[in-house]
Amino acid sequence: MPSPAPPVHPAKTPPRSAVVRDALGVGVAVGLSGFAFGVTASGAGLTVLQACALSLLVFTGASQFALVGALAAGGNPFTAAAGALFLGTRNAFYGLRLSGLLGYRAAVKPFAAHWVIDETSAVTLAQPDRRSARLGFTVTGLSLYALWNLTTLAGVLGAEALGDTEAWGLDAAGPAVFVALLGPMLKTTAERATAGLGAVLLLVTLPLLPAGAPVLVASLAAPAVLWADGRRARTRTGDAPSTTETENGTREAGAR
Amino acid sequence: MNVWIAIGVTAVGCYLVKYLGLLVPAGALERPLVQRLAALLPVALLAALTAQETFSDGHHLLLDARVAGVGAAVVALLLRAPFLLVVAVAVAVTAGVRALGG
Repeated sequence: MPSPAPPVHPAKTPPRSAVVRDALGVGVAVGLSGFAFGVTASGAGLTVLQACALSLLVFTGASQFALVGALAAGGNPFTAAAGALFLGTRNAFYGLRLSGLLGYRAAVKPFAAHWVIDETSAVTLAQPDRRSARLGFTVTGLSLYALWNLTTLAGVLGAEALGDTEAWGLDAAGPAVFVALLGPMLKTTAERATAGLGAVLLLVTLPLLPAGAPVLVASLAAPAVLWADGRRARTRTGDAPSTTETENGTREAGAR
Repeated sequence: MNVWIAIGVTAVGCYLVKYLGLLVPAGALERPLVQRLAALLPVALLAALTAQETFSDGHHLLLDARVAGVGAAVVALLLRAPFLLVVAVAVAVTAGVRALGG
């Protein structure tokens, strides 16, 4: 059963050219940042083959950067992979929402699955009907996959040719990518609190715990904030109306 | 060898997670608590990873030119610069600060 169309879109089918244009815009812009990944992977000591294998087989940017960062920091392969997998879990939730809209047969799903990432989901979920959804998904997936892999290769080779990547400031590409991915996620107070707590937990535990472990500890910020939120909501419902008022005030301020 | 193990585990795991999402019947993971946790986990992880790669060499806390570069990236993001420009600004500022002896 297809999901209902988002309210910004009228119920009628958009022209195919408009869907293709939107999908290509996203695919090209994000696909080019495979270059930053190639450079970062090279700076972390990965070979050309290893960097390209990651882009071909993992194909979910944040997880790839996380894995490379953890390996560079000397984490063991399993803690490094755990962080990357944690970041990848959000793709399962995209899949849940996409599967109804795309309506692929069981035989097609194993192939479509590899392209289920932030960008393809964003384009697909914005489409009002199955035909546009499939078109948007395919064009975004294809253009992004092709470019991401080509620019990964170019990035590793380029970094090797440059020699000292740090002199060129290329070691700042990884954290900058995280900043660019994180920014749009910080809309509510809970999201900001989670980000702040996660960063603090990491910085406090980094000198104390073995490599890879601090990131996993920092992920506890998510359940911690949810728990605190739930507790506050419970006290609020059993409280005087005056507190509800102030709570609403802060919530509105937090929601931009 | 360690690197290949990590690549293998990540590739298989990330693929299975994506495929699982398409397979599970809609509604199975629609509980609001699960949804909220799924939305907040990447936020916590990305913030932690940003902090780790900005303020450390992996084992020790460390302040160097990257801090200026990532700070510039945050400013670029607040000014609504596109994705690639945000990354380019961070790289350019970091390189600039290093060239000046930072």
